[in-house]
Amino acid sequence: MWDQGLEQEWADLMRMALAGDSAAYRRFLLCITPHLRAMARSRCRTLGAPDSETEDIVQEVLLAIHLKRGSWDSSRPIGPWIGAIVRNKIIDALRRRGRRTNVPIEDVMDTLAAEEQAGGLAQLDIDSHLATLKRRQQDIVRSISIDGDSIRETADRFKMTEGAVRVALHRALKSLAQLCRIQST
Amino acid sequence: MRTEDLIDRLALDPPPRFGFGTAFMTATLLGILVAGGVFLAVIGIRPDIGRAAESARFLFKFVATVPLALGALGVALRLSRPGMAAGGWRLVLGAVPVLLAAAVALELYQVPANLWQSRLVGANAGFCLILIPLMAIGPLALLIAVMRRGAPERPALAGGFAGLAAGGIAATFYAMHCPDDSPLFVAAWYSAAILLMGVAGCLAGRRFLRW
Repeated sequence: MWDQGLEQEWADLMRMALAGDSAAYRRFLLCITPHLRAMARSRCRTLGAPDSETEDIVQEVLLAIHLKRGSWDSSRPIGPWIGAIVRNKIIDALRRRGRRTNVPIEDVMDTLAAEEQAGGLAQLDIDSHLATLKRRQQDIVRSISIDGDSIRETADRFKMTEGAVRVALHRALKSLAQLCRIQST
Repeated sequence: MRTEDLIDRLALDPPPRFGFGTAFMTATLLGILVAGGVFLAVIGIRPDIGRAAESARFLFKFVATVPLALGALGVALRLSRPGMAAGGWRLVLGAVPVLLAAAVALELYQVPANLWQSRLVGANAGFCLILIPLMAIGPLALLIAVMRRGAPERPALAGGFAGLAAGGIAATFYAMHCPDDSPLFVAAWYSAAILLMGVAGCLAGRRFLRW
């Protein structure tokens, strides 16, 4: 599916990531994202879905890759593993689209108008899911990702231990993936 | 949230402590222990085990149930990993019905026709249909639980193989208890109980293994 040298590099990074190297893991995710985006975009175009859905799919795929990373057998090529996850998430997105087409057109118009008023920024699904998480989880997610805080600083700010922040972070990620899935069924 | 922000967040989440293979193996061993516990608590080994162990019919029961359990476990493990085909374990599993058919043919050839019916019905058919699923529930629950950590592309199918594996484990224990050793009995009742677990696994997979 992808160039063999590329896949080799991804596999090496993922092996380091699974051994606990978070910098390698970040690099792995950054490296694959443009490829995931290209795949998602071409699928959206063939199926006549709006481009705005591409980024939702990319983020869902990243969450799935993250939560299921233990299921990759590190003695095997990583390309087919990533490919299967992308396929699964695109099918989810299609189901969601299938359901969305049943929404009355007036509702869609309302939504579109509302989104534009919100400053023209694309409203990503993940943001609306984030809003349904527990207060504390939301705070932690926002604190880390948007302000770029490390776990340490977040722990200090919320007067929690680093371990508790990590657990809250992990639970929030799982809930986000779960919410993406529920929306698709 | 921008995608890059999401990536920063994901990178801060530490990797899972155990690989999926290790977790699957652990769940399998636990499942065998649980089934074995139920076996010893509820029925136990038949009293004439010493004499039975010399009979080819008794031993054949394990020639059918052990490869069934192993093959189904192997297929379930592989189907839990995205991008993997069922592979060689399929052949191990596929050999089971062939072995069973051969044993049935041999039994029909050796045993006079007027005994066929009593061999088929046996003494414990209803028991078999209840006890195999009873012992299989524990291993099936453990397998489904561990497979939630995996990512089966076809959840119902993967769950179905987990069900067959659990049925195979339970049937292996049950075979140590059951006095009906005829392949006719095994082909009819063991198969029915194990297939029932396969269906239960399919349903559980569809319900719990989507991701």
